[in-house]
Amino acid sequence: MLNLDHLSKIYADGTRALADINLSVRESEIIALIGGSGCGKTTLLRLIAGLDRASAGSIRLDGEPIHEPHPAVGIVFQEPRLLPWLTVSDNVAFGLAHLDRSERKARVSHALEKIGLAEHAERWPRDLSGGQQQRVAIARAFVTYPKVLLLDEPFSALDAFTRASLHEHLLGLWEETRPTVVLVTHDVQEAVTLADRAVIMQPKPGRIFDELPLTLARPRDRAALPFESAVRRVLAALDQSLKPVQPSPHRERDREAAALWW
Amino acid sequence: MTGQGTLQSTRQGWSSPQGAAALAAPSPAGKRRAFDGRVLLGIFLPLAIALLWEAAVHFGFAQGRLVPPPSRILTTLWGLAKTGELWTHATATLWRILAGFAIGAIAGIVFGALSGSSDALRRLLDPTLQALRAIPSIAWVPLFILWLGIFEASKVALIAVGVFFPVYLGIAGAILSVDRKLVEVGRVFRLSRIALARRILLPAVLPEAVIALRSGLGLGFMFVVAAEFMGASEGLGYLLVDGQQMGKPDQILAAIIAFALLGKAADSLLVLATRPLVRWQDTVRERL
Repeated sequence: MLNLDHLSKIYADGTRALADINLSVRESEIIALIGGSGCGKTTLLRLIAGLDRASAGSIRLDGEPIHEPHPAVGIVFQEPRLLPWLTVSDNVAFGLAHLDRSERKARVSHALEKIGLAEHAERWPRDLSGGQQQRVAIARAFVTYPKVLLLDEPFSALDAFTRASLHEHLLGLWEETRPTVVLVTHDVQEAVTLADRAVIMQPKPGRIFDELPLTLARPRDRAALPFESAVRRVLAALDQSLKPVQPSPHRERDREAAALWW
Repeated sequence: MTGQGTLQSTRQGWSSPQGAAALAAPSPAGKRRAFDGRVLLGIFLPLAIALLWEAAVHFGFAQGRLVPPPSRILTTLWGLAKTGELWTHATATLWRILAGFAIGAIAGIVFGALSGSSDALRRLLDPTLQALRAIPSIAWVPLFILWLGIFEASKVALIAVGVFFPVYLGIAGAILSVDRKLVEVGRVFRLSRIALARRILLPAVLPEAVIALRSGLGLGFMFVVAAEFMGASEGLGYLLVDGQQMGKPDQILAAIIAFALLGKAADSLLVLATRPLVRWQDTVRERL
């Protein structure tokens, strides 16, 4: 269970990136954080990953507070971030240095098998396509068997076909250890394809606007009606979240009162 | 249709981009042939000048006393090689470079690593080192001679100083420019400081470190000449001074050629030795 409690983040220059985020994610749940750019999705992910410190509030994984990178939390970045001097299999094995050789080998070859890159194990990252590199990055995060896996728009730089196949690879790997997944995305289709719950965020300062459960059966058929209507619901909520803030009735009344006073 | 288009654009000159592209698209094989031709073109000028000069001296148009013809330079070089003199001088020079390069490079790597890895150490070390770097290294010569004597130690020290600065700057700069995103990968996997240095920083700086070492080696060759000018009894630099004092321009030029060959060989050796370390690099060098 991952719990975010009154989390906020203010950067050194005074920018309020996140304000009072409360969220709890069940074990093995996949949630999608959706929102336009600048609403603090990535900041939130970096806080959970322990790469940045929250200004206030707390993050707890099964009751244990997180303020630095935690062994049970893995992350896949927007870019593959493979180490160019390591072969594909060494890149996947990067987080497994503490394991003995045979165990490490078994996990790596299994993961490569799973993402369909077994025959590329000994190649350099530079020889792979963008989609293949991102698959390696996902495998690198999965082989440590994290309890929580964070995905920061990992598919945003890829074309639609590659993205769809990566969704399958991701769900295939997820099935094995069923970690909690927090996926940041700006692609509504992607959120509905993967997530059990969509969390819609709002900018300035970044905060949660709404949460929508996505209870479609898996595997999800993108062409089916329930999928379509789920996409539409999320889109509607997103639209709502982006509307300029309506003047609150309070303010209106105050102004009228002021006018009367004159 | 396409043939017609090409014809048309040919007639119009290169007025349309398609026409120009069609005209300017030779086959890869043709490209390679043109490349070879251009390499030969580069050799042509020095070769022509050498032959012209040779002919001019041979037919008595020029004396060739101060600018000896190529044949005489090669004869001198051959003569020096046969008597074994050339090897004595070359090994003396190479030994000085090797010693100076080793000391300078190791010091450069150590100080570069210190100043690149810690902000506090950089603030402590860098201003002093930069100030020292601003001193022309030859200016140290009198001091080194006073301190270390006129023999090997002062020469090696001068070369080491020359090698130190490019290596120091290269290493420190390389560490500072390591991609933050890759360092973050290390943080996510909770690497200790030492593991981070070994598994991410070290491999990431290797390509630039090789370049720094190469420019350090180049400067080593430069400073060995300066060092051997200040009173040496052997070494290729001594051959230069001796050639000047004895009025033997052919010996000077022979020594210069020996320097060129040795310098190129040393650089190639360094590149060859470090190639396995940087073979993962995604650069064009491999394809050239």
